[in-house]
Amino acid sequence: MRRLIRKSDIFLAYVLLQAAALGLMLVDAAVRRSLAEPVLRQRAEVVRVLGLTDLALFTEARYTRNPSLADRHSPFQEHPLSLEHFPSGSVVSPPSHLTLPAGR
Amino acid sequence: MITLSNIRKVYNAGRPNEFTAIRDVSLELEPNKTTVLKGPSGSGKTTLLSMLGCMTRPTAGRILLGQREITSLPEKFLAEIRRSTFGFIFQQLNLIRGITVLENVMLPAYPTGERRSEVVARAMALLDLCNLSHKAEARVEWLSGGEAQRAAIARALINGPAIIICDEPTAHLDTALSLEFMETMKRLRDDGKTILIASHDPLVNDSDAVDRIVEIRDGRLVPPKACA
Amino acid sequence: MSLIEKHRNIIDYTLSSLGRRKGKTFAVCLVYSFIIFLLASVVFFTQAIKREADLLLREAPEMTVQRLEAGRQTTVPAAYADGIGRIRGVQSVQKRLWGYYFDSLTGANYTVMVNASLNGREGQAIVGSGVLLRGAAEGESRKIQAGDSLPVKTYRGEALMLKVAGILPFASELETADLIQVSERDYRDIFNAEAGRYTDLALQVRNRKELATIATKIVRQYPDTRPILREDILRTYDAIFDWRGGLSIMTMAGALFAFIILAWDKATGLSAEEKKEIGILKAIGWETGDILQVKFWEGVSVSLTSFSIGIFAAYLHVFVGSSLLFEPVLKGWSVLYPDFRLTPHIDAYQLVSLLFITVLPYTVATIIPSWRSATIDPDSVMRA
Repeated sequence: MRRLIRKSDIFLAYVLLQAAALGLMLVDAAVRRSLAEPVLRQRAEVVRVLGLTDLALFTEARYTRNPSLADRHSPFQEHPLSLEHFPSGSVVSPPSHLTLPAGR
Repeated sequence: MITLSNIRKVYNAGRPNEFTAIRDVSLELEPNKTTVLKGPSGSGKTTLLSMLGCMTRPTAGRILLGQREITSLPEKFLAEIRRSTFGFIFQQLNLIRGITVLENVMLPAYPTGERRSEVVARAMALLDLCNLSHKAEARVEWLSGGEAQRAAIARALINGPAIIICDEPTAHLDTALSLEFMETMKRLRDDGKTILIASHDPLVNDSDAVDRIVEIRDGRLVPPKACA
Repeated sequence: MSLIEKHRNIIDYTLSSLGRRKGKTFAVCLVYSFIIFLLASVVFFTQAIKREADLLLREAPEMTVQRLEAGRQTTVPAAYADGIGRIRGVQSVQKRLWGYYFDSLTGANYTVMVNASLNGREGQAIVGSGVLLRGAAEGESRKIQAGDSLPVKTYRGEALMLKVAGILPFASELETADLIQVSERDYRDIFNAEAGRYTDLALQVRNRKELATIATKIVRQYPDTRPILREDILRTYDAIFDWRGGLSIMTMAGALFAFIILAWDKATGLSAEEKKEIGILKAIGWETGDILQVKFWEGVSVSLTSFSIGIFAAYLHVFVGSSLLFEPVLKGWSVLYPDFRLTPHIDAYQLVSLLFITVLPYTVATIIPSWRSATIDPDSVMRA
């Protein structure tokens, strides 16, 4: 018989293949997670021993280096309504415990 | 048997370009016969065929397909009737470009949900009949005029329709191909199909395959002459 | 006469039909994949870094107490530490010394902090693996190694040569890249820090439920202090890449992009040719619903393909590579940028949400414009 393989069958196989690949990706993620677990524990230990409070992701300004320790005024150095002039200031928002009216 | 009673068709009703294509046509078409609608272009042949083929509804009047009144049916049912009862051969052939001849022939069967293997078998048999099986995998734009015409015939027959509707089928064919086409129509009629052709081509009108000629002019039927 | 068979037939036709417009289909898939790639990268990155920050900073001090003076953080006298240590429920108070140091040679900002284990080992330092050293001869910065001498300028302008006694683990670079740990004497020597005063206090409490009460007591006793709870820190990182963030703006730009291609696709989508095709299909007995199914499957096949390509690319970008595209955004004006690989904290939920916000709108948008065309009269092909 002519044309035993239909386009719709190929399509179905293709969709299943994609689903399998996505599944495989999730498996890969799980494997990477479990491999990273001892490393993460080690890193958490470093954080604990050194008493770190922030990620060293943005080193350009003191309130971006330690956003959680920033005082109420440092994120708005020029004016409370001014726009950030440090690029990472557009990625990091002032910590919520500063922006709450009661503060602490 | 198709019965038309007092059919009227108005296009663009209520607008300045309002145009009445068919006025008060009543007609009975017998089954298992070849009927030709004859008339100059613009006479309303195509409009009449469209209404007969359930593609458009008349503005007024009734059409009976057998015992069934089809003028008031919703679009969904009309599509079903078009699919199962009619086979269409259009003037422009209207094959879908870019896909193969076989796929084109099978298209009317797709919405029926029939098993593909059966549809393929039937389509191949029809292509065989039309001497086109060697072109089954070719794209339609690679076909010659005659081959395209035969592909259109095969497509019209795929769902085993009772009625074949042809609109100016010989308009783009030379004499030999036109005669061949009429031969095919004759064979189909002998197989029990009802055939409706709209044409003003004398080759069609004079063919011995034709059982009846209905003349139409300015949207009205021309009464048959005494000698005819 | 089965529904499945009918769908398969219609998919057959859809794929044949798509195959005729390879160029356009390919272009749409390409742009669409890129948008999904951007979107998924942002989602993967932010989710993973939030999760990672959450896991790590759970080990941060339970409470940090700062002192404020005229709206600025200032040093805490040792007496405060003693007073706070006497508050009931406080287990221990650690007086911390740390500050920021700008290295004019490399242009990098460092965090200098005191490591008690270095007391008595003056002139030595333990540094983060991201710390740079400017080579004397070649004039280029390179990552520091154990045994190197790191020149640090004291407040008097003198150079203090710190011998690198150890490097913090490379795996911790996301947390420790810019650290320079020194002895207390060196710290006070570099920054002219007054004896008996500290940067802040790190507290441990006996019962975590009492944290808020203890914080209130501290503020009552020392009104110029500001306690920061670990929950505040975690919350900070939960909101780190929020709606107004640069990464989100990138995403918005992506969404705009998506809208543009969609509009472009639709504007050019239903050409006269396609409309004629729909007319033909209707004339030979296809219903409006069948035509819409073709458009539906068309949308599904294009968007599923783009979805998979975009997601895989994003996964490779964020978790196998190191989010190269985001580096300029995150790095900003910093000289230091930690070298880190995020752990893939992704789950089926994230994928499904991404699927919904990308594939669904596209598929719907493919169907809607064809609705009008799908309802054209079948006799249009006769009149043409």
